[in-house]
Amino acid sequence: MASSDEALKVPAARRNVRAERLQEFWHYFSENNGAVAGLCIVGILILLAIFADVVAPHSPIEQYRQNFLKPPVWMEGGSWEFVLGTDAVGRDIFSRLIHGARYSLYVGTIVVTIAFTAGISLGLVAGFFRGFVETMIMRAMDVILAFPSILLALVLVALLGPSLTNAMIAVSVVVLPHFVRLTRASVISESTRDYVTSARVAGAGLPRLMFVTVLPNCMAPLIVQATLSFSTAILDAAALGFLGQGAQPPTPEWGAMLADAREFITRAWWVVTFPGLAILITVLAINLFGDGLRDALDPKMKRS
Amino acid sequence: MFRFLVTRLAYLIPTFFGITILAFAFIRLLPGDPVTLLAGERGVTPERHALLMIQFGFDKPAWQQYFYYIADVLQGDLGKSVVTKQPVLQEFFTLFPATLELSFCAIVFAVVIGLPAGVVAAVKRGTWFDHTLMGVALTGYSMPIFWWALILIILFSTPPLSWTPVSGRIDILYYFDHPTGFMLIDSLLSGEKGAFTSALRHLILPTIALGTIPLAIIARQTRSAMLEVLSEDYVRTARAKGLPPWRIVGLHALRNALIPVITVIGLSVGVLLAGAILTETIFAWPGIGKWMVDSISRRDYPSVQGGLLLIAGIVMIVNLTVDLFYGLINPRIRHRR
Repeated sequence: MASSDEALKVPAARRNVRAERLQEFWHYFSENNGAVAGLCIVGILILLAIFADVVAPHSPIEQYRQNFLKPPVWMEGGSWEFVLGTDAVGRDIFSRLIHGARYSLYVGTIVVTIAFTAGISLGLVAGFFRGFVETMIMRAMDVILAFPSILLALVLVALLGPSLTNAMIAVSVVVLPHFVRLTRASVISESTRDYVTSARVAGAGLPRLMFVTVLPNCMAPLIVQATLSFSTAILDAAALGFLGQGAQPPTPEWGAMLADAREFITRAWWVVTFPGLAILITVLAINLFGDGLRDALDPKMKRS
Repeated sequence: MFRFLVTRLAYLIPTFFGITILAFAFIRLLPGDPVTLLAGERGVTPERHALLMIQFGFDKPAWQQYFYYIADVLQGDLGKSVVTKQPVLQEFFTLFPATLELSFCAIVFAVVIGLPAGVVAAVKRGTWFDHTLMGVALTGYSMPIFWWALILIILFSTPPLSWTPVSGRIDILYYFDHPTGFMLIDSLLSGEKGAFTSALRHLILPTIALGTIPLAIIARQTRSAMLEVLSEDYVRTARAKGLPPWRIVGLHALRNALIPVITVIGLSVGVLLAGAILTETIFAWPGIGKWMVDSISRRDYPSVQGGLLLIAGIVMIVNLTVDLFYGLINPRIRHRR
């Protein structure tokens, strides 16, 4: 009986430590009003994206032919039917914005997932194998960083053909080097620590050393980087959409909406203003959240 | 210092070759064969196509082609534009001053506002000024600048205000030589009345649009660098000596806080060039950013290839300069291996 008691105790203790850590993290995170506000906005956006079909009053692509360029409700000529007005072909802007949240969050998630996994793998390999492999990987990352991000993404899309999927692939490549560099740097600094040596002496294999021993201790900066890359991904994908190289019409992607709206800039300010505002609010919320995350995870900031 | 310079230069060589491989691969990875692509919209006859394949060396193995390409690049031959039939290098350097002028104004705008704002925020840490400024800076940092440019146009270029022009570098009614390529200087040299003001008015909105993100980055970086420096011992010593606060901040703290700030300014060249692509497209600014976007949409692939190489080269050289400068003002970096 005693041995089974022991076995039960250890996971419970570990769970306690984890809960404590999470509690400590939340304590520091919740002190930061901006970060909490950012988290709330992101939460609302996720809900909107999931329930877009229910929340949006109209279909995002239906054209109401009697209502071209109708102004928002509070202006003369506006109506509650189209709260934020309609665009040049009579589509409801409010509904398009809500559906657009789907694309932005989708882009951010996919891009960060690709860059995060690929970046960590390359960084781990570079940090563990050193030598020639490391040089090759790091110089390749230098090459990617030598190009202004949007330019490289544009050229990659020119190679692959303009579409949302290809825009996401291109943006993933552009944000990749940050993950590789961060992972490699923390792997190298962690590798010399005693706990890694002891794991090695105990006979841990390379995969175990990489993923179980070292990687969890490098996660904090990587998580922060993932958040910041999420907002970069949304911005760059929207820019590509704006330049006509990303999502294609009639997709209600925010950047593509702005591209359509450009010619109505003097006649209908609302067609231009709202999609960009949506991008700004989303990116700002994620950045606020990321800043808060960094402060809460960074032990140097905690003590001050 | 010499040793430092040599190591940094040696570092660049693999990156340079990486960039050339990427630019070289670009035309060959595009769907379709290179001759059809280089011929552009007009196309070629099958006989001429076969002839050109041999003439350009596309029948040779890839590594040999790459060797020829590098040889051409090192001799300054980046091919000819399919659309204008001009050498790419020449096109690039005709348009480059426009981008340089805009970027220079943007960075001046960013530094002139961002630096003092960051210093004041650090000195008045925790006050409403600090909070507001950091909020504004984060908003600027999150700004989709293609939208910001459009909003600036709505606010200042359309009725009721109509203060500034919407596109181009100068009113078309001014016509004069461009010895330097920088519109502000050329318009002054021309002696035409009103030309300089016109050029200046055309610059204002693009400068703000392009300078916003660097401004936010500089303000944030200045603030955090100042906060770090202000907690150092020598600042406390200066306070204890009874020096007036402006001397402590202006002379002792700022000088040391500037080191990371200068690095950030230098490294924002990449940010500026990325921003220039969007800003120039919106304001019809005839620089290399707009040229690249146009070249991509016109399928002018030699121009895209050459532009890629040149822009990456410029970013690389600027980063090297920043690196060297950093080593020059900070001996701790220079002597580290």
